[in-house]
Amino acid sequence: MKLFGAFVIPFVIVFIMCFGICKGTKIFDCFLEGAKGGLVTVKNILPSIVGLLVAVGMLKASGGLDIIVKLLSPIGKLTGIPEEIMPLAVLNPISGGGALSMYEMILEEYGPDSFQGRAASVMMGATETTFYAIAVYFGSVGIKKTRHTVFSALMADFVSFVASAWTVKLFFGS
Amino acid sequence: MMNYIWGGMMIFSFISAIFTGNMQPLSDAVMNSALDAINLIIRLTGMMCLWSGIMRIAEKSGLTVYISRCLGFLFSRLYKNVDKNSKTAEAMSMNITANLLGLGNAATPLGLEAMRRMQEENGDKTRATDDMIVFVVMNSSAMRLIPTTVAALRTQAGSASPMEIMPATWVSTGLSLLAGIFAAKTISAIMSQKSSGIIKLKRGVKV
Repeated sequence: MKLFGAFVIPFVIVFIMCFGICKGTKIFDCFLEGAKGGLVTVKNILPSIVGLLVAVGMLKASGGLDIIVKLLSPIGKLTGIPEEIMPLAVLNPISGGGALSMYEMILEEYGPDSFQGRAASVMMGATETTFYAIAVYFGSVGIKKTRHTVFSALMADFVSFVASAWTVKLFFGS
Repeated sequence: MMNYIWGGMMIFSFISAIFTGNMQPLSDAVMNSALDAINLIIRLTGMMCLWSGIMRIAEKSGLTVYISRCLGFLFSRLYKNVDKNSKTAEAMSMNITANLLGLGNAATPLGLEAMRRMQEENGDKTRATDDMIVFVVMNSSAMRLIPTTVAALRTQAGSASPMEIMPATWVSTGLSLLAGIFAAKTISAIMSQKSSGIIKLKRGVKV
């Protein structure tokens, strides 16, 4: 499995290169053209990323995040998400880096093969940083009215949080 | 919606800091986070350029056409206004493929390319279309088959079996994707019904 993981990226790149050469594509010219486009994309998403990271940084530093976790912990009890990983569930949609370090802390504290460790692992594997994705995707094309995207995406997150606790119970017993 | 959430996050932080006495950390966080954003962008820039370039090769050589044909069955069901033979569908299928392979860094530039193409056909440039919402919701939940980062961290933490969580992850991801798409589509349907209802009502008044 580890070996497979190392294979994916080089294989994908080499495969695309070979395909291009076989079809007679000028691969380096195409690459440069595309890479230039990538640069424009980065420029377009920069403002959204600055805005989002500052707001998330403020929320963490002020202790506001801890307050939100406390406020939401009854929901955790109702839905079967273990109390110890509720902070991860709250952090997950807003901050990718924050969620990752929280996840490492949980692994260290409870062990990767405990109920908490497994549920946290499934939660991490089954979600992306929702607000980051929304900010970057809509920010890149200048869309301001995101309509019901946030609601739908949070709905998906909520289901994956609850499901990660329940699937671990189902697959591993405890 | 993002306006309220973004503003709310900052106002809530300020009020929390008053009560928790964390005003100095909050003030530092403002400065540091802006710097963090630039660090993140610098790390992203290389990846964005690399994968956008590789994507262009895949596109020019016709590889994307094959892949979008394989995923064509998805488009007619999920997206109302995306022709499965269009360039938009090609970028979308490349994005989905990259997501499934766990190439998060590649998925983002491909997804943004798809967004750009959807935006070209969007009548109101400031308003998200129904298809865009479904697409962003899909990208905001995980579509990867192999959770490589999680497996690596579990190995590091001394797990007896780092990959054992995979089936549970698939079920959770699948359920969450379904929930997200269902929510997006249902609300879109209700909204369009309402607005067409209003138009009918207005017409009725005129007649």
